[in-house]
Amino acid sequence: MANGMTVAEKIFSSKCGRTIRAGDVVMAGIDAAMIHDITGPLAITQFWEMGGERVFDPERIILLFDHQIPADSIPAAKNHVMMRAFAEEQGIRNYDLREGVCHQVALEKGRVAPGDIVVGSDSHTCMYGAVGAFATGIGSTDMGFALKYGALYFRVPETIRVDAAGTFGRRVGPKDLILRMTGDIGADGATYRALEFGGSGFSSMNMAGRMTCANMAIEMGGKAGIVPPDTVTMEYLKGRGSFDPVDIAPDSDARYLEKRGYDLSNLSPQVAIPHNVDHVAPVEEVAGRKVDQVFIGSCTNGRFEDMQEAAEVLGNESFSEKLRVIIIPASRDEYLKTLRAGLIERFVEAGALVEAPCCGPCMGGAFGLLAPGEVSLSTSNRNFRGRQGSAEAEVYLCSPATAAASALYGEITDPREV
Amino acid sequence: MRVWKFGDDIDTDAIIPGRFLTIYDEKELATHAFEGTRDEFSKKAVAGDIIVAGRNFGCGSSREHAPLAIRGAGVQVIIAESFARIFYRNAINTGLLPITSEAAEEIRDGAVISVDTAKGYIESDGKRYPIDPVPAFLLEIIRAGGLVEYARAHPEIKTCSE
Ligand code: SF4
Repeated sequence: MANGMTVAEKIFSSKCGRTIRAGDVVMAGIDAAMIHDITGPLAITQFWEMGGERVFDPERIILLFDHQIPADSIPAAKNHVMMRAFAEEQGIRNYDLREGVCHQVALEKGRVAPGDIVVGSDSHTCMYGAVGAFATGIGSTDMGFALKYGALYFRVPETIRVDAAGTFGRRVGPKDLILRMTGDIGADGATYRALEFGGSGFSSMNMAGRMTCANMAIEMGGKAGIVPPDTVTMEYLKGRGSFDPVDIAPDSDARYLEKRGYDLSNLSPQVAIPHNVDHVAPVEEVAGRKVDQVFIGSCTNGRFEDMQEAAEVLGNESFSEKLRVIIIPASRDEYLKTLRAGLIERFVEAGALVEAPCCGPCMGGAFGLLAPGEVSLSTSNRNFRGRQGSAEAEVYLCSPATAAASALYGEITDPREV
Repeated sequence: MRVWKFGDDIDTDAIIPGRFLTIYDEKELATHAFEGTRDEFSKKAVAGDIIVAGRNFGCGSSREHAPLAIRGAGVQVIIAESFARIFYRNAINTGLLPITSEAAEEIRDGAVISVDTAKGYIESDGKRYPIDPVPAFLLEIIRAGGLVEYARAHPEIKTCSE
């Protein structure tokens, strides 16, 4: 019987200094903790309630505002004030509202390294698995505990291994892969489990694509979504910080709960249909549906590569006047890259609203809300009822290419036909 | 003490929509619980009511506002076929008891049931259903009265490398 170890088991074993297997419950030290303006205030309150005085290590805390910026209400403004004071008092570097969406910022600022154990009071913290970290979303009370002790209980998860081979066809990409996977595995198919991504399809994938995939592990209930670090990872991390090399490559005889394979060359553009992320269909099946708002952005698809993908489909055309197009690069760095490449100008010319880096309409907390009966097509990660405004609105999820193609015609459109 | 029955994949946006996340008071959150999904809940739920749901209850975001909104409505127990991971942990940490049991499938909306956690069963319509055991490390937290109390009682903790 296979007895080797998965990436998740290797990370916990190296952290604990002994063999740790799936199913073990360990109190593990954490390498970084991320809090933002929505769940941060309660985490801080719980830290105090627990008798916390000083955080375990101010340099390991990533703190910023991204969900409700610039403050869209007085309560949001008060939350920002409270977190600013906390950062100041504890000596934590505060990125405030300057840098963008938490997960993108955590990675691009080099705050997460391969082999790290990282927690964030946000469910998409699993995105840091793109650089080979074991990263998972936790609630505010768990975060209060993590801030105090620099440690947290973990049940080390079993792993589902997903290998991809082949190359993506024209205007098909990582978002289509992860949507298809979510459709196949189901919204709870990976609950309490880690997803491990590998194969030639992943080793040839750029970091932006790996982030898109790791980001959505939670949409299958996953505790983590990890791409074992390789030369692409190291290239990305270069200049972002100093990282000790770690050997966390999975053993060839690692014990997996399940193995799945995808051939990227057979994949077509995919769309998640309201109101479940695992309700996924090829774009042809929903083509022609009228759309009121297109959103290109979020931690899932707000990187420069995503902007390029959208711009390539857009070409020299204009977006349809039958809908609204909102484009938001995920961070200041990504915004600058997009700006310098001339794409912001192109988007604005084509009729889009380009906003400063933030979560934007993704969570329906700030601007860009939908009225009852309206339909949104979004490159973000959740299409739950009410996610982007009215509970009677509908949200479809897709890739930047499909979003841009649809924005040209005012209806869901196969990007391969543009 | 009635049952509020929900289906599969009840997500945290359904439990408490994103626009209410600047609220932290559980009573106030409770006035928006399930808003847009099941509006009568916040108006009619009373202390001691029980939520019964299908698979993957609480999937989605890590917002602790979700268990707080439910607790604020007076609900102390949720029975489901299965829970999403973060919600399950958040529920325990905030003093809301998540129970997984096969009973979840059969119990009807509006039913009156009793839950005996000490003896480990649910009684509904004269029928008894077993409760799945709670993992040991979570029991420790429950016994302490939640994670805040657990932390208060432990000025130091040992990590796996010590
Ligand atoms: S962009 Fe959306 S999914 Fe990502 S952190 Fe912001 S609200 Fe969450």
